[in-house]
Amino acid sequence: MEAAMDLMRRISPNQSETALSALLSLLPHHSADLLSQVDQPLQVCMDTESMKEFILCEYNRDADSYRSPWSNKYHPPLEDGPLPSDELRKLEIEANEIFAVYRDQYYEGGVSSVYMWEDDNQGLVACFLIKKDGSKKGHGRRGHLQEGSWDAIHVIEVGPVEEGNAHYCLTSTVMLSLTTEHKPLGTFNLSGSIRRQMSLDLSVAEGHLCNMGKMIEEMEGKLRNSLDQVYFGKTREMVCTLRPPPEGIQLRLPES
Amino acid sequence: MADGGDEPEEAAELPEKEKLEIAKWFLTNAPAGEIHYVAKDIRSVLGDDKIYEMAATEAFPVYNKAHLIVLELPDRSGDVIITTYGELDEHNYFDPRTAQVATVDHVKQVCTNLRPATDEELPSPYIEEFRCALDAELCKYVGEAYPKGTCAVYCTRGKDVEGPGADFEFAVVISAARHSPQNFCNGSWRSIWKLEFKDELQVVEINGKMQVGAHYFEEGNVQLDANNECKDSTIMQSPEDCAVSVTSMIGHHESEYMASLEASYLNLPDTTFKDLRRKLPVTRTLFPWNNTLQFSLTRDISKELGIGK
Repeated sequence: MEAAMDLMRRISPNQSETALSALLSLLPHHSADLLSQVDQPLQVCMDTESMKEFILCEYNRDADSYRSPWSNKYHPPLEDGPLPSDELRKLEIEANEIFAVYRDQYYEGGVSSVYMWEDDNQGLVACFLIKKDGSKKGHGRRGHLQEGSWDAIHVIEVGPVEEGNAHYCLTSTVMLSLTTEHKPLGTFNLSGSIRRQMSLDLSVAEGHLCNMGKMIEEMEGKLRNSLDQVYFGKTREMVCTLRPPPEGIQLRLPES
Repeated sequence: MADGGDEPEEAAELPEKEKLEIAKWFLTNAPAGEIHYVAKDIRSVLGDDKIYEMAATEAFPVYNKAHLIVLELPDRSGDVIITTYGELDEHNYFDPRTAQVATVDHVKQVCTNLRPATDEELPSPYIEEFRCALDAELCKYVGEAYPKGTCAVYCTRGKDVEGPGADFEFAVVISAARHSPQNFCNGSWRSIWKLEFKDELQVVEINGKMQVGAHYFEEGNVQLDANNECKDSTIMQSPEDCAVSVTSMIGHHESEYMASLEASYLNLPDTTFKDLRRKLPVTRTLFPWNNTLQFSLTRDISKELGIGK
C-alpha cells in the first residue's frame, strides 16, 4: 500500500485517474483504502429536476446513485438511499446557497456542492466541493488557459458543542492543472495535487457555517499561495538550475 | 459491485498480459530521474517478479530513449546518450564523438562493454568534417549554457555521401538533467534539433523540439511539462561556418524559449491562475460569512443542532 501511495506521488497529476484505476485492478483487496486515500478529479452530474449541476463524490453516493444537494434526490433514483435528517438538511441547503455565492466570488463560475451527515460522536461531518473548469471553452474569463481545472475537496469534522465551543478539523485537497498554449511557447502545463489539515476550537456564537466557511476560505487562500509560490516556484527554480537564464534577464520574483 | 466484500474468486488475478501492460505504463511514465523508485514500487505492488522483470526489460529502453539518458563510457573517455539516433540495436549505442559503440544494460542504466566503431558504422570523411565542426561548436555552447549538459551530433541520413551534390541530415541532441531526491525535486531539459542540409538550394533547414520537465514532491505532487517546436534556416557554407551559424541559431532559440518560460511563470499568480481562482473577490475583501441578514437562519439552526444533541 505504501508503494502504491508512493507511485501516486510520482506519476503526473494529469494521469492520476489512469494510475488509480491501474492500481485498483492490481490491488483489488486494497480498493477501499485506495479510494479513500487517493483523491481524484471530481465528476459532475446534472440534477434534471432542479436543472442544476452537482458534484459526485463518495460522500453523496449510495450504490451507484448520487444524491443531489439541490433536490435531495438520488440520481439515478434509489428506493432507500440515506438522507440527512430534516434539521441537518436545512443547514445543508443554507450551506449550498452560501457556498455558491462564495464560489462565484472567487471562481467566477464553476460548480459547488455541500453534503452533510451526522457522525457517531454527536457531531457532524460536512463536505464542501468545488469544481472549476478555467479553460477558454469553460469558465475561464480571460481566455489564458487552453486547459485548466481546479478541484477542491474540503471535509470538516465538527465535534459536539461543549460550553459554546466546538472543535473543527478540516482536511483539504486541491488538485489543479493548467495548460497555456502560445505560438512561441508551445505548450506549458503545470499540474499539482496537495492536501493539508487545519484544526481549530471555535465559539459557535456565529454558527457552524460561519466557522466552517472562514476556515475553508483561509485554507484555500493558503493552498493557492503555496501552490503558486512554493510548488510552482520550485519547478521554476529547477528549470533555471538546468539552464540559467541568459544574461541581462533578471530573475524577477512576482509581487506576492 | 458489492462494497468491498471478500470475493477472492471474482477479484481473481488480472490476466498476466494486463499486469504486464500496467507495469510497463508506470515505468515509462516515471518522471525524469525517478524510474528506479517507480520500479521498486511497482515491483512491490505487482508481487510477481517474473512479470516485473519482463516489464522492466521492455519499458526501460523506452524510458531511457525518451529521456535521453546519459551514461558514462566504461573507459571514462566520455559519455554516450541513449537515443534512437545513435541506436544500432537494442543494446548497442554509438557515440559519434569518440567513435565507439557501447553495449548497455537498460535496466541497470550502465555500459557493460565498449568497442571502437567499424568503418561501416562511421560517416564518410566529408560528412564527418561537418559533423565534427558542429560538435565542437556545440560543446562550447552547451558547456556555457548548461551547468550539466551533454550533447551529441548524429548523422541520420546520407552518412556515406562523399562530397557536394547530395543532401544529408543530422540530429543534434542536448540532454541536461538535475536530480535532487533529497530535496524532493527532479528535472530535465531535452532538445533535439534536426538539420537538413539541402545541397541544391545550399540551405540548412533547422527543426527544433525542446522539452522541459520538473517534479517537486515534498508533501504534494507538482509537475511541469512544457515543450516547444521551432523552425529556422541558414545558408550552407563551409563546415566551420555552418557549425558556427547553426549553433548560434540553436542557442538563440533555446534562450528565447527559456525567456518565454520565465514569462509564463511571472504571469502565473496574477493572470493565468486567476482564470482558475482569484486571490480575493472583486470586492478585495474576504467573504462576509457572518453577514447577518443572510445568516440568521443558519445561526439558529446550527445552535439548535449543537445543543440539541
